[in-house]
Amino acid sequence: MIQLQGVNREFPVGDETVHALRGIDLDIEAGEYLSIMGPSGSGKSTLLNMLGLLDRPDSGSYHLEGVDTTSLNEENQARVRRDRVGFVFQSFHLVPRLTAAANVELPLVLAGIEPAQRKARVHETLEALGLENRSDHRPDQLSGGQRQRVAIARATIMRPAILLADEPTGNLDKRSGEEVIQTLETLNRQGILLIIVTHDPEIGGRAKRMLHMVDGAIVDDRANTEKAGADET
Amino acid sequence: MKLEDALVYSSRALTGARGRTWLMLLAMAIGVGSVVLLTALGEGARRFINDEFSSLGTHLLIVIPGKVETTGTTPPLIGGTPRDLTLGDALALSRSSTIRLHAPIIVGSAPASFQQLERDVTIMGSTADLLPVRNLELSSGRFLPPGDPTRGSPVAVIGKKLKKELFGNKRALGEWIRIHDRRFRVIGILKPIGESLGMDMGELAIIPVASAQNLFNSESLFRILIQASSREAIPRTKKAILSILRERHDGEEDVTVITQDALLSTFDGIFKSLTYTVAGIAAISLGVAGILIMNVMLVAVSQRTAEIGLLKALGSRQRDIMQLFLVEAGLLSIAGAALGVIISFSGIWLLDQAFRDFPLTIPLWALGAAIGVSLLTGLLFGVLPARRAAKLDPVTALAGR
Repeated sequence: MIQLQGVNREFPVGDETVHALRGIDLDIEAGEYLSIMGPSGSGKSTLLNMLGLLDRPDSGSYHLEGVDTTSLNEENQARVRRDRVGFVFQSFHLVPRLTAAANVELPLVLAGIEPAQRKARVHETLEALGLENRSDHRPDQLSGGQRQRVAIARATIMRPAILLADEPTGNLDKRSGEEVIQTLETLNRQGILLIIVTHDPEIGGRAKRMLHMVDGAIVDDRANTEKAGADET
Repeated sequence: MKLEDALVYSSRALTGARGRTWLMLLAMAIGVGSVVLLTALGEGARRFINDEFSSLGTHLLIVIPGKVETTGTTPPLIGGTPRDLTLGDALALSRSSTIRLHAPIIVGSAPASFQQLERDVTIMGSTADLLPVRNLELSSGRFLPPGDPTRGSPVAVIGKKLKKELFGNKRALGEWIRIHDRRFRVIGILKPIGESLGMDMGELAIIPVASAQNLFNSESLFRILIQASSREAIPRTKKAILSILRERHDGEEDVTVITQDALLSTFDGIFKSLTYTVAGIAAISLGVAGILIMNVMLVAVSQRTAEIGLLKALGSRQRDIMQLFLVEAGLLSIAGAALGVIISFSGIWLLDQAFRDFPLTIPLWALGAAIGVSLLTGLLFGVLPARRAAKLDPVTALAGR
């Protein structure tokens, strides 16, 4: 589903050039559960942004569902992001003036879907995440865990194939972090491709496939056999 | 993204940042309000002059003794003239077929008294034709009797104010008043029409022209008022007057003929350009409002960087983000313009209460132009912030940098 070949990405920082990604080759199948770990500055967030088409590689190719994304123009890239990719951020990124329901509705609004249809899908999605009685609350009236679950609802309402989570538990306490991870894993079991960037080994260790990055390169890529087994029980 | 959704989203963004929104609304409202208000004032001044001139009479021409060499339209109130304009000149004018009515006028000042009360008043000597030529109306009695203008009769028509001053609430019709050393019987009282061309018609006494010539011991006329047979005949009438009088004055053209239209169109032109100038100056404030909108929107873009990044991550195209911010600028402009219109209407109402005589109306074109220009400035100055928002790099925007 995802094929990265020789992907490089450099940023100018002051006078120096930082190699955020160096020659990344990666193949990911649909429905996989992946974690990307590594020290800060290792390029894991850059890789995630690259996978979500928020960033372009300087060189190399990225095929998503067989399409070479580097050849797409800005509009088509936006369409792929809208229809195929969902993002979950560390700081939630909810629009503070909108209610939970309106935040979840946002991708549907941007996609130009009819209002009647939107209401039904928002309700359905909030219900699936146990947030139906929070739909009229604004973000500042929600707990951290609830906010992140609203953000997950928003990320999944377009029924994307890929869910990208950048430190989804970074701003949460342990208990709500656990809830959020379970929510994400449930979605993965329903077939969505889940990629979590984290520096917490406990969370990263729950994935079925674990990537380790150092200095912009993938140094370790292995299947998590024990976790894969434990997950079935 | 649909336009109606963009409208909802943008209006929520505006109501979400109240202080900022009010600031921009106020700037726009002041701009639009001042354009509309000042245009209304200029237009009011133009109409005021217009009304003033049309109250003089219709198809009016004024013959003044003396020749003004310039083409200016100011009547030569003072100035030497070799040959006087006489009653004979006035009577000779009736030869022309395009002249419907003519009224010679002598003006002077003399004391008028009734019993113990005495006032210095302006005396106007004229004929029966003055009534229709000058659009005068009587509140009671009758006007000067028609007949041979060279023969005066001791009758007078007085203004309302003069009647009040000399007679109080007593009956004035039929009473004899003394003007200088002659006695005149009051036969009519003018309806008050207020001041007209600097002459207060309320304080006037009108007597037959021959009587006035005797009273002031002078043959020369102050001017001759002429009514042409139609509006189209005015230029021909002017030519006819000049040729008749040239003939009578030994081939010398020593009179000036002013047409009401010429006066009117000159003043009309002056006040129109005045209105445009004032509107133009006020439009600068619209420009200032536009720049303020741009500034505040730029601040809004940098404050909402993270939100813009999010919209991009959710699949907004650059177009969508551009649209959102332009809709926001457009909404601000429309609301600001509406507020400005309310301000200008209440301003006009207040001014109307204070100056009742002054006709104040908001010209429709000014209203339309002000709203149109405000929308245009809003959108124009909204483009830069909107473009900046649309071009933001999603990764850095999401990081809130």
